[in-house]
This record gives sequence, C-alpha cells and structure tokens, in this order.
Amino acid sequence: MSGETNAQTDSDIEAAIRENHPALISYITAGDPSLEDTKEYVEALDRGGADLIELGLPFSEPIAEGPTIQAAINRALDAGTTPQGFFELVDELETEAPLLVMTYYNMILQYGSEPDVRPFVERAAEAGLSGIIVPDLPAEEADPLRDACDDHGLDLVFIVAPTTEGERLETIMSQVSGFAYVQARLGTTGARADVSNATHDSLTRLEEYDVPKAVGFGVSEGDHAAEIVEAGADGVIVGSALVDIIAEHEEGDAPAADDLEAKARELKRGALRGAEGDVPEPEQP
Amino acid sequence: MSESQRNRERDSEATFGEYGGQYVPEALMPAVQELEDAYERYVLENEDGFMDEFRERMRDFGGRPTPLQRADRLSERYDREIYLKREDLLHGGAHKLNNALGQVLLAKYMGKERIIAETGAGQHGTATAMAAAHLDMPCEIYMGRTDINRQRPNVYRMRMNGAEVNPVDAGSATLKEAINETMRDWATTVERTHYVIGSIVGPHPFPKVVRDFQAVIGREAREQIQEQAGRLPDSVVACAGGGSNTMGAFHEFVPDESVALHAVEAGGSSLDIDEKKGLAPNSATLSTGTDGVLHGAMTKLLQSGDGQIMESHSVSAGLDYAGVGPELSHLVDTGRVTPVSVDDDDALNGFHRLSRLEGIIPALESSHALGYLERAAGPAADGRAAKPRDENYEELGDLVVVNVSGRGDKDLETVLEETEKRDLEAAPEVEVFDS
Repeated sequence: MSGETNAQTDSDIEAAIRENHPALISYITAGDPSLEDTKEYVEALDRGGADLIELGLPFSEPIAEGPTIQAAINRALDAGTTPQGFFELVDELETEAPLLVMTYYNMILQYGSEPDVRPFVERAAEAGLSGIIVPDLPAEEADPLRDACDDHGLDLVFIVAPTTEGERLETIMSQVSGFAYVQARLGTTGARADVSNATHDSLTRLEEYDVPKAVGFGVSEGDHAAEIVEAGADGVIVGSALVDIIAEHEEGDAPAADDLEAKARELKRGALRGAEGDVPEPEQP
Repeated sequence: MSESQRNRERDSEATFGEYGGQYVPEALMPAVQELEDAYERYVLENEDGFMDEFRERMRDFGGRPTPLQRADRLSERYDREIYLKREDLLHGGAHKLNNALGQVLLAKYMGKERIIAETGAGQHGTATAMAAAHLDMPCEIYMGRTDINRQRPNVYRMRMNGAEVNPVDAGSATLKEAINETMRDWATTVERTHYVIGSIVGPHPFPKVVRDFQAVIGREAREQIQEQAGRLPDSVVACAGGGSNTMGAFHEFVPDESVALHAVEAGGSSLDIDEKKGLAPNSATLSTGTDGVLHGAMTKLLQSGDGQIMESHSVSAGLDYAGVGPELSHLVDTGRVTPVSVDDDDALNGFHRLSRLEGIIPALESSHALGYLERAAGPAADGRAAKPRDENYEELGDLVVVNVSGRGDKDLETVLEETEKRDLEAAPEVEVFDS
C-alpha cells in the first residue's frame, strides 16, 4: 500500500497532528517517580498544549535510550511499575491528546500467559490508547504486531533513522500508520543543544510521502521546535527535556506539573513560530 | 553439493525454528544487513580469499590447531575414555580468539575503521583487543564495573594491547549492561564502526557469523578423535553461557545423531528465581528460561512474568548472562542438545580436580563442564553415601570429548576467595591459601 492509496479516514493520531499542525508530541516514562505522579504530569502536558502524549512502559534493557530516560526507567521500575499498573493508569486518564505507549518488544510479547502480542494490543485498545511505538522492532519483524494493531484500530508507529534509505525507506513508509517518527540523529535519546544536519536530510528524503512526519531524538527547546517545523516536519517529539524536569523535581519537593505545563507551552509556541517562518538564526557551532 | 552451497541452503533464513530474528532499532538495520551481505560473500563464499587469510592467521597468530588430549587420570576416575579439546592453549588462553579475529578481519574487509565490543569476564575483550592490535584497528571495549573489579588482569591486558576500556555502571554492571552500552555506541557510530559481538547472540547474522568462526573447535575435534580413538565420540560436553564455545564444539557434530551433545549451564547457587527482586541466582537459561526477546533475538531468557530481564548469577563471570544463543534454544527444543546444569560448588570442584589430576588449570567457565563429568559419572566419595547417578550417565557413553574452552589463570583470585568460603571435596588443603 502506498501513501496515496491510504485514503481511509484519519486515525486519532493523524487527526490530532493534522488538526493541530504543527503538533507537539511529548514523552514521559510511566511510573517515574510513581504512577500517581504520572497522572498529574500527563494532565499538565495536556493543558500545556501537547497534541499527542507518549507514555513509556519501562523495560529493564532500554537499548535505544540515553542516560536521561534510562534513569527515568530505573526510577519507574524501582517504584514497582508493572504493565497492569500502567494500563490501570491509562484507564483513568481523560486527556484531549490521544495517548501512545512506547515500549520494548519483550514487554508486549510477555503480557499474556504465552509469548504473544495480541493480549497486550487488546488491553491497550481497551484502555483507550491510540498507538504503539516499539524502538527495537524493525519493519522486518513487525508483521504479528501490525496485524494485531490493525485488528484493534491502533496505529503502529515506525521510526525512520538517518541510516534508513532506498528500499528500506520504501518498505517502512508503506507500513507507516499514525506518523513517521523521524530520528533526528544517530545514537540514543537525549536532549541536545542543536538541531542536526541529519534532520534536514531525513525530512528531504521523506518529502514525497504523504504521511505526517514528526522529529524526535534531541529536541529540547522552543527554538529547536521552530527550526524543525520550518524544515518541513509536521510535529516535534520531546522526551528527555521533560524527563529532566521530572528528575530535577525528584531532588527538591515542588511539584513538577507546573514546569512541565510551561515547557509544553514553550515548545508548542516554538513549533508554531516555525510554521510561520519565524525562526532564529541557528547558533554557530 | 559444495560446502558453501550446503551452508547457504541451511543458513538462508534469519531464524532457527522460532528463535533468532532481528529485533534491533531501525538505525542498526542497514548495518546488520551489510553484515549479512559480508557474511555471505566473505565467510560462506571465501570471496577475496577471506577464509584462507583467516585460517592462516589463526594458525600463525592463534596457534591452531589446538590439541585433543586423552586425559589419563580422568579416564581412570570416570571409567571411560575422556578426551580434552584444549582451547585453553589457543593464543590468549581461550576459544574467544576464533571469533574475535574472524570478526575484526571481516570488519577490515568491509572497510570499517573502528572496532567496539562488550566483555563479561574479559576474555572476549582481551581477544578482541589482541585481534585489533594484530590487524591495526582502533578498539574500544565496554565492561561492567563489577566485572572490571573481579577480572582486573584482563583489563590490564586489554590496555596493554592498546584498547580503551569503558566502564559501565548501569544495573548490576555486568555483561548484560555492557551489551546494552555497546549497542548504544553502535547506534551512534554505526556507519564506520563494527560491533564484534562475543557470543552466538544478537540479531541475525551474528549468531551464525560467530558460530561459523567457532566451528573450527568441533571440526578439529571430530577429525582428531577419529584419528586417535578410531571413531566418533559418544558425547561432546561443553559449558554454556551465551553459547559460543558450546556451538563451536557442537556444530560439526549436529548431523552425527549417535553423538550426544551436553550443554552444561551455570546452576549458580540455586535454580530458583526471586521474581520480586528480579534475581535469578543462576545462569541456567536453557534449563529454566522462557521464550522472549533480548539483545536482538528471540531466545530463551531468564525473565519475570512481566518480561523484565532478571539479574543472573554465576561464580564464573563468563557464564553470567540472562540470555543464550537462539540456535542453542532451538537445538534444545528439538531435543538435539541436552541442557544440564551444575552449581557453583560443582564447578569449583571441577576446577580443582582438573588442576590436580591433569595439571591443567581450567577457566571457571570450562570448570562447569568438568564438574558435570563428576556429577554424572563420578565415583562415590570416600566415606560418603553414593551419589544418585545422574540421568545422563548412560548417555555420556564410553568415549567423551570435553571442551576446555579456556585456561583459569584469570580466575585464581576468585577461586581462592570462593574456595575459602566452602568445604570442597576436591580443593587442596586450606593452608595453601594462608598469606
């Protein structure tokens, strides 16, 4: 199936991106530092203007994450976060922004009594999640999960890396649902001080595909958001910069919710500036 | 059919039954596919004489072939013919060089400019550092802080060969965390860097690449035993952590249905797991693990019901891993390989017994294979009740090949420390240890 023939009605996720263009997609780790806090934080991000919210379901071996999110995952696991607790949290959440779960493949496989992806997807749909992102599941291994997601009306979001080119890019773009997660640079997640050239190259490679494109890995400030949107992205994905706020408040005692809401506003404003072409000169390295 | 044609047919898939596959971040997929292509051309088809150069270097630099030695006193003790495949005599003191040299050379043929690797006990790290020095490639090794502290001599050896050693502090700071960190480095530097994975684990084609470089162990042993004993063995015994010496020893024997293949895992202090704490006080993945995905492959794992990976344990750092090669998982499910385990005490006894009876100080990893011989076929100890015969006693048969995967110099400190804590029947008098 190519981009043009994909003419069914937009999914919740696509609609959220198209209607709120340019979209802010935020990530935090569920259970960091507790599931009760996560509920409050998600509501704050929703108020602050996040158009989609990714919740990380913590896995003990997060090979795609940099130090910031690794630490968040450790805090969540230390707090005893389980898939059951995660889904109960999602059951309770009533946000305007659609919710996605980001987790590693083994967590999805092990949710039922036998290794099988279906019980997880069924439960995710029941909880009201709109999509799934799996950083260690390339298109080659995704058939079982994609079929299950299709059956339950969930989007399976694929990552497009700076190294994804040619035939692989075709394959992935033909399978994308929701949006294409454009990895801004090689490496792991983590806040960076600049926007990489790889981002511009990737967005150029993806120009011809009629699928929303959101850029993540390293986005931390409103100005980055502006630059990325101006370069052609339909959305920006911010994780580590938000997790940093949660981690800082872990040390002190003021609630993180207000700061998360303010950060979301800054990023959303930045994205909107980018859409209007109001972008500051990038800093010279 | 030529060997390469037969290999290609057998190896055409990315999986072993339901195990294996390529569960890696998208950024790594092009590199993994590039490796598939290089594996086919250079390893399977000997393009540009790759395999000829590999074999020549393994002979001149590595010291291959290693001997197959009849162990006279063990044969007497166990009342059967015991032969030892002496991988401890390979350059560097372990079988690890077979794979490390193969992959560093492959990286060179692929035009890569930098080598990274993880290491647990430090044996793979030292082998990779040696191979990288030998082939003039810059090399960085990731090693858990816990392992650095218990395997200091290996850290010094890596440094002597010019490799950087990067400590990893996450989690229990052992092999699993070192692999995570090496994968993160690779995801950042993938265009110029080759990741020399140390066992038959990881995404396809790594399990096959590593197995094929290690298969020389079994290929030599199969010829040597027929020369020396006039027939195929009844069984081959090798220790199993990730499984590279295991598959290396077994691979050539897999089609020989009369040969029993016993993979000896680390039973640690107990085969039970503490799900609440996320701890498995063993590394007996083939014996007790369940199916899941870790480090790029579907395989048997030590994991909680939710899918969190357990912290494993073994007195031997090189076996201390919560996963195992997908091919071994498959061969266990099909019944071709028998998984067995011995605990830390048995392994330490195996260490002391080989040291005293044969004058060979084995690695703690290999000591598990020797501990298993005693458990399965050992005589009742003096003044004690006869041990229950292991159910695999008969299957071992009259002619046994044991893979001594490495030498134990690196383990002396651990062995002294652990022996003092225990009452081991095979250990020398404790006064030996007074300083």
